[in-house]
Amino acid sequence: MKPYVARQLVQLVVVIIGISMLAFAILHVIGDPVLLLLPQNAGKEEYARYHKLLGLDQPVYVQYWRFASRAIQGDFGKSWYTDTPAFRLVLQRMAPTIYLTLAGLVMALLIALPLGILAALRRHSFVDNLCTMIAVAGQAMPIFWLGIMLIIVFAVRLKALPASGYGTWQHFLMPAFTLGAFLAPLTMRLVRSGVIEIMNMEYIKTARAKGLSERIVVIKHAFRNACIPVITVLGLQFGQLLGGAIVTETVFAWPGVATLAVESIRNQDFPVVQCAVVLLALIIVSVNFIVDMIVGLIDPRIRVGA
Amino acid sequence: MAVSAGGEVTLKGAGALSPEPTAGQVSLRRLWRLKWGLAAAALLLLIVASAVLAPWLAPYNPLTVDIQHRLAPAVWMDGGTPKHLLGTDQVGRDLLSRVIYGGRVSLAVGVAAVLISATIGVLTGLAAGYFGPRVDWLIMTLVNVMLSFPFVLLALAVIAVLGPSLVNMIIVLGIADWPLYVRVIRAETMSIRERDFVVAGRALGMSHARIIFRQIFPNLVSVIVVIATLQVARVIILESFLSFLGLGVQPPTPAWGNMLGEGRVYMLNSWWIAAFPGLAIFVTTLAINLMGNALRDWLDPHMKL
Repeated sequence: MKPYVARQLVQLVVVIIGISMLAFAILHVIGDPVLLLLPQNAGKEEYARYHKLLGLDQPVYVQYWRFASRAIQGDFGKSWYTDTPAFRLVLQRMAPTIYLTLAGLVMALLIALPLGILAALRRHSFVDNLCTMIAVAGQAMPIFWLGIMLIIVFAVRLKALPASGYGTWQHFLMPAFTLGAFLAPLTMRLVRSGVIEIMNMEYIKTARAKGLSERIVVIKHAFRNACIPVITVLGLQFGQLLGGAIVTETVFAWPGVATLAVESIRNQDFPVVQCAVVLLALIIVSVNFIVDMIVGLIDPRIRVGA
Repeated sequence: MAVSAGGEVTLKGAGALSPEPTAGQVSLRRLWRLKWGLAAAALLLLIVASAVLAPWLAPYNPLTVDIQHRLAPAVWMDGGTPKHLLGTDQVGRDLLSRVIYGGRVSLAVGVAAVLISATIGVLTGLAAGYFGPRVDWLIMTLVNVMLSFPFVLLALAVIAVLGPSLVNMIIVLGIADWPLYVRVIRAETMSIRERDFVVAGRALGMSHARIIFRQIFPNLVSVIVVIATLQVARVIILESFLSFLGLGVQPPTPAWGNMLGEGRVYMLNSWWIAAFPGLAIFVTTLAINLMGNALRDWLDPHMKL
């Protein structure tokens, strides 16, 4: 296990450095922040003063080093728009984003697990075909459209749920379903193929031969083992899930990091954008790392092989 | 799956095998299995044709404002007129015409961005698979960085800096999507590299470029075609999302995404303005996905994507 952890840790550090470089590049290589900061009628002197103030007269690697060493301490500079530290702004919005992501994950599992298992046990039946059709349609669905259609039906027409906002459990239903619908098709297919594969294994035959009831065979022997690929892929898909959360947040005006980031992009408030991007990326990387560890623990073949 | 099906046949009873089907039956059966893919391809062809032929097909100019007939509902609803089959938007522009024209942007951006990302992804994937551990490590690290980035935010940020335009959007989407090709291409290249015909080529003194492009690449074409097809759908959704947020194609140019974004403001009373452009995105991506899946089954049933 030790060399496996070490290898994964090295990979983790390298990826984090890469992320910081990319985030740095967004602002400092692609655009000229001084032009974005100053009013259009600013003179040359003003320009030169700000240029120096932001340290842009120094070589790129010095600038990057300054950015990275400050970022490690949680200092991403002050927001250009509200004059508060960007880190604090982003951190304040983190909780709603994490809750939404978790709610979406739970919703996806609530949809995908029963349907996936059912489809696997009744292979090529009507239920299986129906599940496949739902999955194919779900994968093609633009979730921001799904979200808007849900709002039109449940908030505007039926007046049953709040159209946007945050606070009560009713506020969670539509966003969680929208995000869950994004992840469910893939999860359902994984569960289905996992259960099918495992139902053909020798130890399932053994379990049946022992005279165990079919329910116990499916739940205790098949499902548990089918979970391994599902956990792995869900972990790897976490970035996708957060991406889906970003889309969902903007549709439902959810007060999370993504809404803040989109607002900041509109305001050209780049310290906040940088901070949001780096923190979200860090979450994704950490989740991937943890998933790799868990999978390595469950399945010894992986930590020896890769 | 084919393997397990075979396993079942041998298990259930050796005596009860059905007679061998004739060649005609086999090819008919293959075609029947592809029925969804073929239907999807026909639908897609229809969508592409209507986008290309938009100036002749659309009943109105998509930019013509008709403020008197604004917010008219679709023809089958109360107050709808046959003059505007899908109704009109907030300034009275014909929705059907705008949906037809909107397809041009989405399809063009989708195809162009996929060409860029496929080129970068295939070249780096070939390099990672062919040139040994160091190049492989470098490229895969880069891929991991890209894949752990919240891509939607990255695209938004880059477009906010560069400014929203069609070309910028194609570049951003093209550059952001290439890592998805690398993993598959790399794995395939690694296995092909060890095959006898490549080893023989190397022994004959072929150059690396010739081995890569003449011997390895042709074996990857079907994989690339399948991934690229499926990616067009993904890019179309991303493009619509950017336009939906107002950071993509700018109004008044009709694009499905910005129509959806504009319609969202009016969803309280006029749901159709948001519904139809979104439906167009959904049907298009669904057709592309179905066709891509069928293509995969047809070209290589064992392909794992």
